[in-house]
Amino acid sequence: MLAYFLRRLVGIVPTLVLVSIFVFVLQLMLPGDPALAIAGEERDPESLAFIREKYHLNEPIWVQYGYWIGGVLQGDLGISLRTSIPVTDLLLQKLPVTIQLALMAIAIALLIGIPMGVLSAIHRGSALDWLANVIGLSGLSIPNFWLGVMLIMLVSVQLGWLPASGYESPFDDPVQNLKTMIMPAFVLGTGIAATMMRHTRSAMLEVLKSDYVRTARAKGVRERFVIMRHAFRNALIPVVTIGTLQLGELLAGAVLTEQVFTIPGFGKQIVDAVFNRDYAVVQGVVLCSSLAFIALNLAADMAYFLLNPRIRA
Amino acid sequence: MADAATTLPTFLGLRVRSRAGRRLLRHRGALVGGILIALFLALSVAAPLFATHDPMATDWMAVRKAPSEAHWMGTDEIGRDVYSRLVWGARTSLLAGVVSVAFALAVGVPLGVLAGYAGGWTDTVISRCNEAVLSCPFLILAIAFAAFLGPSLTNAMIAIGLSAAPIFVRLARGQTLVVKSEEYVDGARAVGIPHPRIVWRYILPNIFPPLLVQATLTIATAIIAEASLSFLGLGQQPPDPSWGSMLSTAKNFITHAPWMSVWPGVAIFLVVFGFNLLGDGLRDALDPRGD
Repeated sequence: MLAYFLRRLVGIVPTLVLVSIFVFVLQLMLPGDPALAIAGEERDPESLAFIREKYHLNEPIWVQYGYWIGGVLQGDLGISLRTSIPVTDLLLQKLPVTIQLALMAIAIALLIGIPMGVLSAIHRGSALDWLANVIGLSGLSIPNFWLGVMLIMLVSVQLGWLPASGYESPFDDPVQNLKTMIMPAFVLGTGIAATMMRHTRSAMLEVLKSDYVRTARAKGVRERFVIMRHAFRNALIPVVTIGTLQLGELLAGAVLTEQVFTIPGFGKQIVDAVFNRDYAVVQGVVLCSSLAFIALNLAADMAYFLLNPRIRA
Repeated sequence: MADAATTLPTFLGLRVRSRAGRRLLRHRGALVGGILIALFLALSVAAPLFATHDPMATDWMAVRKAPSEAHWMGTDEIGRDVYSRLVWGARTSLLAGVVSVAFALAVGVPLGVLAGYAGGWTDTVISRCNEAVLSCPFLILAIAFAAFLGPSLTNAMIAIGLSAAPIFVRLARGQTLVVKSEEYVDGARAVGIPHPRIVWRYILPNIFPPLLVQATLTIATAIIAEASLSFLGLGQQPPDPSWGSMLSTAKNFITHAPWMSVWPGVAIFLVVFGFNLLGDGLRDALDPRGD
């Protein structure tokens, strides 16, 4: 187990290096002189010379990368041009909000997606299966920002049940926090629920065809027991790994959801940074989400390793 | 030997394709998807015929009017006809979906085929770089590209295309590795056919079906991505119509003009649903186990 983990850990080092190069190279895509973009209104020659000196823009590109990666390795992602706050601090402030949203969304996705996938597979070809498939495909096709707007219209404006926007820390007011987060989490969770449903269905169908399920049935084991004990447990293996990977996608989905519901999280941060031309923050968000994605990939691999005895063997 | 190598896969390819075609026509989901796409395609191609008003024309006497005989889907905050903007917006969405996926294919397939066919260091370098780009969530990557390139529809399409390209690199590489080990490719190599010709004649036609399925599904993703970027203000810029930017404005008028929010979302849903249905149908039809 430890050896497998270490092997995988060593394997991701080149990916991490390439990700860092890629994130650094992003700023080279800026049209024109980066010093001008950083300077904003202060475009006199002295300010520009100072910026070039400060950000090592006069140095060759690999030297600039060296300075940048040196800082990153010490947790320094630069300074936000807009707020003058270190990017790392800014991201650490916002990340817990998005993590809460993502965890709530994945819980909703699991609660909807897995039972729907199991029922759909058990009743293959029935009206229920057809309905679950249509719902699943619809879940993948609905833009979550539109679903958010529609829910605000119905639940907040028409029915007045939940607030349309805003955020309250769970430590200050847990009830209000739940009220503000449940609708965004549902919006974010539906797309993932659809993916989970489709994967659970196909994994269940595959497992239900296997010899051990046929043997269990031939032995006269009750159907409910066959489904839950033999089929579902084994079908869950790919679903767990896919669920872990979906957490990474939730970070991206959160960008729009947070924008619609005005939640001050990681996703809203990148959009605000884009419009403020705060490129250090954009780079920080891309780097952090990539690192999170790589870590989740590793977690998915480990979950697969732990759950699948054939790999352990 | 050379004859066998040149005729067999093409012959098999044709047989598989025609069977797949029959299966596709029998697939109800694919049929519904195809009809939906055809409707939106017709709408976007013949937008001037379908639109009842100039999509840019403002009418200060008809600001935020509910759906009526004069304005089938109502008007927006500056009196523009929502239906006409929706019709013209179809052109933006489909164009963005198709162009960005074409761009992703143009970048991804050659790199994937090169990695799979050449192997060795070429494969290692391309695959590692691809993994690095793949490790960033699709939309965040598209937003970052759009941010650094500047907000416009063209840049949004480039951003979406660049973000989607790694999927095609991975798929094309994997499929090339499978096809490369087939006997007819060995045969072609043995008789001295040059590598570019082998790739063009034997590899590309045989990796085409899975790429087609993926491309169809990616168009759906790309349409949502374009709408998302336009919703955030990073795609199509006002006053040009786009479903995403229409929704972005509409969310500020949920209470007073709900019709502004409903129709663009329905349109995005239907066209994306169509591509997803067609993609699923194509996958089922091209699956050899389908028989």
